[in-house]
Amino acid sequence: MTGIAPARPVIELTGTTKVYGQGEAEVRALDGVDLRVGHGDYVAIMGASGSGKSTLMNIIGCLDVGTSGRYLLDGIDVRRLDERRLSLVRNRKIGFVFQSFNLIARTSAQRNVELPLAYAGVRSAERARRAAAALARVGLSDRADHVPAELSGGQQQRAAVARALVTEPVLLLADEPTGALDSHSTADVLALFDDLAVSGRTLVVITHEDEVAHHAKRIIRMSDGRIVSDDRQVGVEQPPPRWRPSRAVVW
Amino acid sequence: MNVRETGRFAWQGVTANKTRSALTTLGILIGVAAVIILVAVGTGSSKAVQDSIGALGSNTLTVTASSGGGGGTAGGFPGGGFPGGGLFGGDTTTSENATSTRAAELTMDDAEAIATSDEADHVLGVAPVVSATSVTATYDGASHDVGTFTGTTAAYLLIDNSEVRHGNAFTDDDYTAHRRVALLGQTVAEELVGDDVGTIVGQTVSFNGFQFEVVGVLAEKGSTGPMDSDDRVIAPATAVQDTLSGYGALSSISVKATSADDVTAAQSEVQAILDVRHDVSSADRDYSVTSASSILEAATSSNQTFTVLLGAVAAISLLVGGIGVMNIMLVTVTERTREIGIRKAIGASRADIIGQFLAEAVLLSLFGGVVGVAAGLIGSQFTIVGVEPVVAPYSVFLAFGVAILIGLFFGLYPANRAASLRPIEALRYE
Repeated sequence: MTGIAPARPVIELTGTTKVYGQGEAEVRALDGVDLRVGHGDYVAIMGASGSGKSTLMNIIGCLDVGTSGRYLLDGIDVRRLDERRLSLVRNRKIGFVFQSFNLIARTSAQRNVELPLAYAGVRSAERARRAAAALARVGLSDRADHVPAELSGGQQQRAAVARALVTEPVLLLADEPTGALDSHSTADVLALFDDLAVSGRTLVVITHEDEVAHHAKRIIRMSDGRIVSDDRQVGVEQPPPRWRPSRAVVW
Repeated sequence: MNVRETGRFAWQGVTANKTRSALTTLGILIGVAAVIILVAVGTGSSKAVQDSIGALGSNTLTVTASSGGGGGTAGGFPGGGFPGGGLFGGDTTTSENATSTRAAELTMDDAEAIATSDEADHVLGVAPVVSATSVTATYDGASHDVGTFTGTTAAYLLIDNSEVRHGNAFTDDDYTAHRRVALLGQTVAEELVGDDVGTIVGQTVSFNGFQFEVVGVLAEKGSTGPMDSDDRVIAPATAVQDTLSGYGALSSISVKATSADDVTAAQSEVQAILDVRHDVSSADRDYSVTSASSILEAATSSNQTFTVLLGAVAAISLLVGGIGVMNIMLVTVTERTREIGIRKAIGASRADIIGQFLAEAVLLSLFGGVVGVAAGLIGSQFTIVGVEPVVAPYSVFLAFGVAILIGLFFGLYPANRAASLRPIEALRYE
């Protein structure tokens, strides 16, 4: 999918605002954000709570729409889509990774990873094959039949990453992906993200931890609904700064 | 999203909390079982009534005079008569009354006309009935007030489904010869000679002072309600008119149709014959033809009301069960708000979410329906308040179908509510 239109950015936000409430109680969660993220980029969006980074992530993830401005996701004008098409876009274009993993309880890792494919209408045999492959990529093949309660936090998050990747989305969107993990699991997940970036995936990670942000090729800081800084650490074509070739997984 | 996936998700949802699902199912189960059992009780009691009326002869018709007209009919019956051919002035009008008030009376000729008509294809037998009232039987110091004393022809036994247990029935010869012979019902015979009823055959019994020879004892018919069907005496109509009843009009004419299905046809034929003889039309008929089936109809319609009432009570319990399903589905949707958010985030559409929760509600009511049908069928095997339930197939399909529809209907609101949740809020829900 990345090879189809390399010139077209994955994310193109123009003058995006998000306003909650009216009159006196008006809160401008986003105040004119312009953002372009190209294919293969690895972006960390940082900011204190209330800076608007969660609102930005909801808009990027098509879970919410801005009050004004334009948002093109992989060239699609998201604001014009109805609810059904929006769910289709979420299913095909975006892979979500949440802070609290958000796996479906009492459902095996394998089934959890199959879920987006089920909603996409992929046939059962094909689904099982692709889900198994995705679990293998995150190193969870031996845990495929375990339900979330039987997995450690790091394993759950890896299963969640597998679920996010299984539909081959153009964008992997992670919201505080290491927020609920110990340092060892955090390193695990970040190494996984580095590998994904090396293989050409587009990643946007929302975080408040510098440790996480330093893995990204580009760090964006937000405050009061605006982007206050946008620092590129390495070029889009280069591997992420903390990547260790020895840990690379052939992808 | 295919049906199988939706079904699997629904199954997971239902089995996630087994106790709760079982209790919810119980509401539907009780409703479905109640509908089946109560309708079966209604149907069973209706069948019991039908059977008892059927035992009386479901293919018999009784012709009675319906209005007491002026009395000009001479009851002459000089020999021969039915079945040899009566000499009866059937169509007599009061001579001094020019407005010609017709005597609404049934005559031997009426009976004979039905019996000999070529048009009465569906009539198997005809018997005139004369009744004698306040008859006391005495024999060898014992006496008994006879319940019904019927004067008729030999054909009556066939029409009435009566059989002779001891001795023999009287014959057409006995009828023509005005022989004073009688058949006693079981009760009458027992009252006169005790349990060994056969010994009275051949003896002479006095009825209000008139001597009749007992030629047979009738087989027991049993009682219907307060009436003792065996407290009766049957004798040739000729002899009865000679002695006990006098030569008045017939109290009724009994007609037997060729089969239960032909009762209506036989009724029209009898009416056609009598309408001509009495010079009346359906508007001003001076007699009426009642059939066991018309009594049956009345009984059936009251029974149907009863059945519908029982069914309605059961249906209410089914409805209550449905509300239970809705209640638990609303709880489920609230509990699983986060799951709904996750599903939406990874691409579930509104239809997917509605499908999943609707399937869950239907699954609950489907369970209740299946087990309820089983419970209803088992429950219908037992006798309930003296009624043997008869399962009506329609009630099974109806109850089961309504259970599923209730699942759909009461599942729709919770499912819609789940689908309307906004993903970001659902994901934030703890």
